[in-house]
Amino acid sequence: MADRIDLTLTVNGADHRVSVPPFARLLDVLREDLRLTGTKEGCGEGECGACTVLLNGQVVNSCLVPAVQAQGAVVVTVEGLADGERLSSLQAAFLAHNGAQCGFCTPGMLLSATDLINRCPNPSDDQIRDGLAGNLCRCTGYAKILDAVHTAAADTGAPR
Amino acid sequence: MRGYLPDFDVHVPASLGEALDLMAQRPGIFTPLAGGTDLMVVYNAGRLKPTCFLDLSRLAELRGIEEDATSLCFGALTTFTELRECRAVHQHFPNLVKSARATGALAIQNRGTLAGNIANASPAADTPPSLLAYGAELELVSPRGLRRVAYDQFHRGYKSMDLAADELLTRILVPKPAGRGFHYFRKVGTRQAQAISKTCLAAYARIEEGCVAELRIGLGSVAPAPVRARNAEAALLGQPLASLPVAAAREALLADMSPIDDIRATAHYRSVVTRNLLGQMLRELASL
Amino acid sequence: MIGASSPRKEGRAKVLGTAIYTDDKFMPGALHGLTVRSEVPRGILRAIHFGEGIPWGEFTLVTAADIPGTNLVASVVDDQPFLIGIGEEITHSQQAVLLLAHADRHLAEKARRAVRLEIEELPAVLDIQSSLDLQPLIYGADNLLKEIRIAKGDPDPVWAQAAHVIEGEYRTGAQEQMYIEPNAMLSVVEPKNGVLQVTVWGSLQCPYYVHGALKQLFGLPEKQVRVVAMEMGGAFGGKEDYPSVNGGHAALLAWKSAKPVRLIYDREEDLACTTKRHPSRTRLRTAFAEDGTLLALEADFILDGGAYATLSPVVLSRGAVHAASVYRCPHVRIHARAVATNTPPPGAFRGFGAPQSLFAMERHMDICARKLGLDAVELRRKNFLRMGDTMATGQVIREDLDLAGLMDRALTAIGYRDKRAAFALTNPEDGPIKRGVGFSVFMHGCGFTGNGESHVASVAGVEGLADGTVAVLAASTEMGQGKNTVFAQIVAEALQLPVDLVDTAPVDTDRVPNSGPTVASRSTMMVGRILEDAAIGFKQALVQQDFLAEPYTPETFQAAVAKAVATLGSLRCYGQYHRPPGLQWNDVTYQGDAYPTYSWACYAAEVAVDLDTCEVKVADFVAVQEVGRVVNPTLAAGQIEGGVAQGIGWGLWEEVTMQRGRMINNQMTNYIIPTSVDLPRIQVIFLENAHAGGPGGAKGIGELPMDGPAPAVVNALENALGTLRLDEVPMTPDRLLERCEEVTHG
Repeated sequence: MADRIDLTLTVNGADHRVSVPPFARLLDVLREDLRLTGTKEGCGEGECGACTVLLNGQVVNSCLVPAVQAQGAVVVTVEGLADGERLSSLQAAFLAHNGAQCGFCTPGMLLSATDLINRCPNPSDDQIRDGLAGNLCRCTGYAKILDAVHTAAADTGAPR
Repeated sequence: MRGYLPDFDVHVPASLGEALDLMAQRPGIFTPLAGGTDLMVVYNAGRLKPTCFLDLSRLAELRGIEEDATSLCFGALTTFTELRECRAVHQHFPNLVKSARATGALAIQNRGTLAGNIANASPAADTPPSLLAYGAELELVSPRGLRRVAYDQFHRGYKSMDLAADELLTRILVPKPAGRGFHYFRKVGTRQAQAISKTCLAAYARIEEGCVAELRIGLGSVAPAPVRARNAEAALLGQPLASLPVAAAREALLADMSPIDDIRATAHYRSVVTRNLLGQMLRELASL
Repeated sequence: MIGASSPRKEGRAKVLGTAIYTDDKFMPGALHGLTVRSEVPRGILRAIHFGEGIPWGEFTLVTAADIPGTNLVASVVDDQPFLIGIGEEITHSQQAVLLLAHADRHLAEKARRAVRLEIEELPAVLDIQSSLDLQPLIYGADNLLKEIRIAKGDPDPVWAQAAHVIEGEYRTGAQEQMYIEPNAMLSVVEPKNGVLQVTVWGSLQCPYYVHGALKQLFGLPEKQVRVVAMEMGGAFGGKEDYPSVNGGHAALLAWKSAKPVRLIYDREEDLACTTKRHPSRTRLRTAFAEDGTLLALEADFILDGGAYATLSPVVLSRGAVHAASVYRCPHVRIHARAVATNTPPPGAFRGFGAPQSLFAMERHMDICARKLGLDAVELRRKNFLRMGDTMATGQVIREDLDLAGLMDRALTAIGYRDKRAAFALTNPEDGPIKRGVGFSVFMHGCGFTGNGESHVASVAGVEGLADGTVAVLAASTEMGQGKNTVFAQIVAEALQLPVDLVDTAPVDTDRVPNSGPTVASRSTMMVGRILEDAAIGFKQALVQQDFLAEPYTPETFQAAVAKAVATLGSLRCYGQYHRPPGLQWNDVTYQGDAYPTYSWACYAAEVAVDLDTCEVKVADFVAVQEVGRVVNPTLAAGQIEGGVAQGIGWGLWEEVTMQRGRMINNQMTNYIIPTSVDLPRIQVIFLENAHAGGPGGAKGIGELPMDGPAPAVVNALENALGTLRLDEVPMTPDRLLERCEEVTHG
């Protein structure tokens, strides 16, 4: 049995090579090997969504992704959303609307919302609720998050 | 994370042939792995026995949805998201779209696969009732060859399947309904999204001359495995929509179920509510 | 500044993912700690067996015998041990027996499973009734953790004379806080300047609670203990008292190993062993005159307090004071008891006893209205407290209270009358969907009950920094409620500065004074008021020492602070809580001003019930509250919306399923909190009424929204379904089905 396997993956635009146990989780590779601690663990069973990242452009629960399946993949975490100091329109809207309270669900929520706006640039309340149903929040009752996503969608969709 | 990492290894075959060879050489050693949405939960909880995973996720042979005149054929790795987004699925199998939407939330739907949902053999899985309702067939492959099994013959009991240690579930074939069809799907979960089913009923009926000419009903979470409601079906088959024997069918459904009490619902709740779902389905059918 | 929706101070770090929560803090060389627990509800620990195949020599192991100081968690009553020793009594299924740590967290987990405890089991008490029946006796002389009696007038003669006497029994279940970040602690214990220094970093609401617990655990003086609050992923009371336990555990492992230790609970462990809302049983007896005037009220209020007293005495106290709710009543008798059971001790959870007793009273009022043949709105209107009225504790309402106006506002906003009329027509039709609308009227006492604030005598301050900005010095923690922002706004207002020039100092007991725990809806009102004083003192000091001349601009102020700090080395000014004149409280008789003031509210809910599945959807929700002056409307609305969501969850879905004294649905998959598709938009309406107590007239709002949703939703269920035995929450689909069948099957 191999002690470790070597993986290469692109995270937030940077290429990384890591050596990890064969059945390490993507979540642990991100948090421990790459020290990208913005991605959180809230349940370890794909229920809360705090560990949500984009894997090859799709939202996934990184606690349920064997790292071996991320070999050669492109991963985006919360740390990859801003352009340097410039917040993405969703990040700015979350800040403006108080969409982040305790902030622990926020990284996952932002990634699910980013994915939603990519797929559906002008979402209704119901579409936002559906898109974020896998990200549990215990602070907000979701209202301020819905407001933030609407605002960001309007910003993103505005004619340039 | 409660899994003990040194107890777990993984092989990543490059082709289906290689995967089958590995399984044939060391039967019973490997645990096939696709999207991981079920296995990883058990692994994280430290409740998975030491094993070597066989990562099928890179096998192109197991991907894709093929359509011909009479059926749709789903590669084992077809995800719930692919089911949700496929036009032909919307057109012919609306229950499968609803099943896929009802499975976890988006992050699960992006990773979880149709074959995984079947082979994990959870009685609470959301696509099996629909597959039962549509009369699906499974294609099982081993170095010994290929065979097809009617899906309603596949589950033999709790987590027990007609699947040999060297066999892989490669494709799911679903015949396109012909004629005037009626589709019904309802899952009752612990909440409106990201929920495990407490009961689930999917049905497909073909109507001819105002009568039920063909009917299959699939049930979830009310037996050790997904089951056909053959007694209820028998009570309804051939009956005119104008006077469906609702009470008799509800009564017959009792013999199709063997629900249990668990953390999510009582057996009583499951029994009553599943019969109510049948009632709702029959109201809709009668109003066609 | 006050009244503006300033953006959240730490919000930028939160949206960037750079905010450092406990498990995010990098500690080279740290060991991973784990806890071995009893798993049986009651018994005598006879031996600990270490299984084969584990390199035990590499492990740090801590048992009760290792504890250097006192093996009791400092709390309201010090009765809970950190660890159970050999020969001692295990009193609940999650009792910690052994701590272990290793550099390899996976091996540590394997080792945890290899430990076998030899326990001689004893009969256990697992519910309220068995505890009351002393079957068997498990705590003190009577199984009571605390007993409180509140009396006003004498109800006894009234029962026989009143036109109507109505009794009812109501139950509420345990509830999990379900903060998304599980409990987490880091610790380093090392010699510093020749003496032992214990440091704990953690996800915790009350740094000085943990500080006090560590002092007692290690037998160390104040200066040798340091507690740092990290960014916190939610708490809701769940990180009020428990961190004294796991903080102590982390420190014991760090002390024994002489290495940094991480003690990060996973969700399963967190759910199984940490505190929950107390389950309750309330029996109410009310007497009414023919016209619906409330004449007498008797409440028998019981909380299941679990295996140790922990915070139960004060949770009981708040629940008891709120039991008579918002109604004027000349004769009141409240008998409140917290009983011991062999279950993991419940603790603080948003509302702190009040949601339990208010659920009972607000359901009871609807039931009374039905039995009296009166309208639920008019019955309440007739009996509301008004200015000059006396509450059960003898507290006189001194504010111009208009509960009827509050109620009417909520009922208008949800369209109560029209919906009732419409549903009365549609519900009798065939079809499985039945609709209803209901409401609750309630209050929440702001700050600690009784003399709590005087006992704590909180201190908070402001400090000038070298760059001329101002830092808030308080041990109050940010758990998402907005403390960082609101405190900055309060200080900025007092100093007439833009809020950007004020920020919060790290919450580190080496740096900030004890402003009391971050609980009881007290931070804005109580600590905010102290900060207002401190800020004014700070400005006066700058003026008196000629650093600052009035009038000033933000620029001249900042320059003055910078100069003062450069000249003096440091500049800090503190304030301390002073009991407002006229407030009196007697801890023995429970008479007097239970709270300096109350927030008042009426919540209304519309529900749709599917009789095929007994699923309930909350279709609309209105939350109207009078909370004094709102410091930050956006943050305040967020607090209300989140609290309502939790309250709806408690009312409908959130159930802690116990088996042999152990939570068996301890996974997020099986403990059901609402997702984004399970909740309606919540209309939040603030009626402002400046109150003198808090800064700029603010009252507390944190807990209030937890109190009203459950009774409003269940009252709406009764409107939808008619007379059922709707006496309990959560009213899960299974339970609702049962209640429906009671009617159909007789």
